[in-house]
Amino acid sequence: MSIEQSNGYGVEMVRAEQIVKRFGHLTVLNGVDLSVKRGQVVVIIGPSGSGKTTLLRCINHLEKIDSGRIYIDGQLVGYREVNGRLVEDREAAIAHMRSQVGFVFQRFNLFPHKTALENVIEAPIYVLRQPRDEVTKRAMALLTKVGLVEKAHVFPHKLSGGQQQRVAIARSLAMNPKLMLFDEVTSALDPELVGEVLKVMRQLAEEGMTMVVVTHEMGFARDVADHVIFMDKAVIVEQGTPEQIFDHAENERTRTFLGMIREE
Amino acid sequence: MFRWDVVGQNLFSQLFLNAAWTTLWIAVIAQTFGVIIGLFLALMRVSRFPFLAWPVRFYVWLFRGSPVLVQILILYFGLPNVFPSLVTYITVYSATLIALSLNEGAYMSEIIRAGITSVDTGQMEAAKSLGMRYSLAMRRIILPQAARVIIPPLGNEFNNMLKTTSLASVIGLFELTYTAQVYGSQGFVIFELLIVATLYYLVLTTLWGYIQNWIERRIDPDRATKAGLREQKGWTGRVLSFGSPRSDWTLGGGPPPGK
Ligand SMILES: Nc1ncnc2c1ncn2[C@@H]1O[C@H](COP(=O)(O)OP(=O)(O)OP(=O)(O)O)[C@@H](O)[C@H]1O
Ligand SMILES: [Mg+2]
Repeated sequence: MSIEQSNGYGVEMVRAEQIVKRFGHLTVLNGVDLSVKRGQVVVIIGPSGSGKTTLLRCINHLEKIDSGRIYIDGQLVGYREVNGRLVEDREAAIAHMRSQVGFVFQRFNLFPHKTALENVIEAPIYVLRQPRDEVTKRAMALLTKVGLVEKAHVFPHKLSGGQQQRVAIARSLAMNPKLMLFDEVTSALDPELVGEVLKVMRQLAEEGMTMVVVTHEMGFARDVADHVIFMDKAVIVEQGTPEQIFDHAENERTRTFLGMIREE
Repeated sequence: MFRWDVVGQNLFSQLFLNAAWTTLWIAVIAQTFGVIIGLFLALMRVSRFPFLAWPVRFYVWLFRGSPVLVQILILYFGLPNVFPSLVTYITVYSATLIALSLNEGAYMSEIIRAGITSVDTGQMEAAKSLGMRYSLAMRRIILPQAARVIIPPLGNEFNNMLKTTSLASVIGLFELTYTAQVYGSQGFVIFELLIVATLYYLVLTTLWGYIQNWIERRIDPDRATKAGLREQKGWTGRVLSFGSPRSDWTLGGGPPPGK
């Protein structure tokens, strides 16, 4: 057995099979397959409206799917099989699954009535029922890690966008997730604030966090991604290593999209 | 001829102090139950189960669409007629409290629902994605934010409630209005005693106005910032002082999307 296998590296963390998602008559995901191995960073790129956000939201069951299956760490997400048919899982089971999966939003969604520290300790205390002093210690360490320990007692509206987003990342990390989902976490930020957030994400990737990242930051994708997926019009058009996608894209739509991005 | 001396004699009489006290506690209790009923109705109304939401629509339609005076009369005269076993339970107090609470519950449910729906949907999603169940997210994340929107209209509701208690006079509850009516007609001083009652109502609503102002100042973001209230640890500090100078999030804002 190789060292990688004994660490669990390479074992499948996310597996999505033939996901179909519709909003009314609009098909937003039309048979999407996805495989993310433990410790991998998968970056999803694609034009607006191609279904990237929806795919992420399906992974932690913020959206129901119309057909297909999603597994996280071997466990079926959001549904149970009863006599070969899928029925939606109990709320407690879905909540338990989500407690192990971090989700970082484009618009941060920090709790505005709580300080940075309170945002971070909320879920470990009330969801995982861990002791407050222990959680607080860990939260302060996380805030240090994202460079915001001196803002621990500050309310979100007094923080810059970049700072808020770093608190949001710390808030997710406080749950010790085995998987992190990032949905265009820098696209609501002023350009000069993008770097500080990407830096935190780079560090997480280096530490071996399994990550699925939707982003328009092509530099980040090229440097950090193990695997790049290009989506367009509800399907995965092309995927491969960063070099394959950015330098040797085979599909015309991929090349057109990358050309447009480079011009910006 | 108007007798000022009668007004003076009764202004601080035990009779009217008792009556004012009755008005006050009826209003406080009815408002409290109204808020509790309203909270439950609002939670049913915003739930994703239609079988919970529909009864609430009916309830609100019924109680907002008919006069509270009639509701009091139905509870006091109507119900014991139909269900004689209720006679021992239906007093002027219970009939008034039940009618006012049920009626207020309908109004509060709409106010609380508006408060809940004013909270940005991203808040519930963030809470859920941290593994919170709906009920926990509601309690810890949504309702504290909704409270800021709910409290000002709640204050107005209580002002109304102080005055609405006067309707209990029709079934003979000795609150301010009925007291003035009964003792006024006995001594042919009804005008004078109604003036006394009016003065008491004005005192009660004015005092409440001051309290309401004080509370609203605490939840008003700009003033809260100036007073440094956010650092307070008392319950009002915790619950009410999370205001923000850019309070865009109360209106479902958050940072502007886009580049
Ligand atoms: N709740 C919803 N109801 C109806 N349609 C929706 C909903 N959410 C998304 N859509 C539609 O689904 C399509 C895919 O949306 P999605 O947000 O997944 O795209 P995206 O790839 O993340 O785009 P962007 O780069 O702009 O974020 C869009 O056409 C969008 O309008
Ligand atoms: Mg998106």
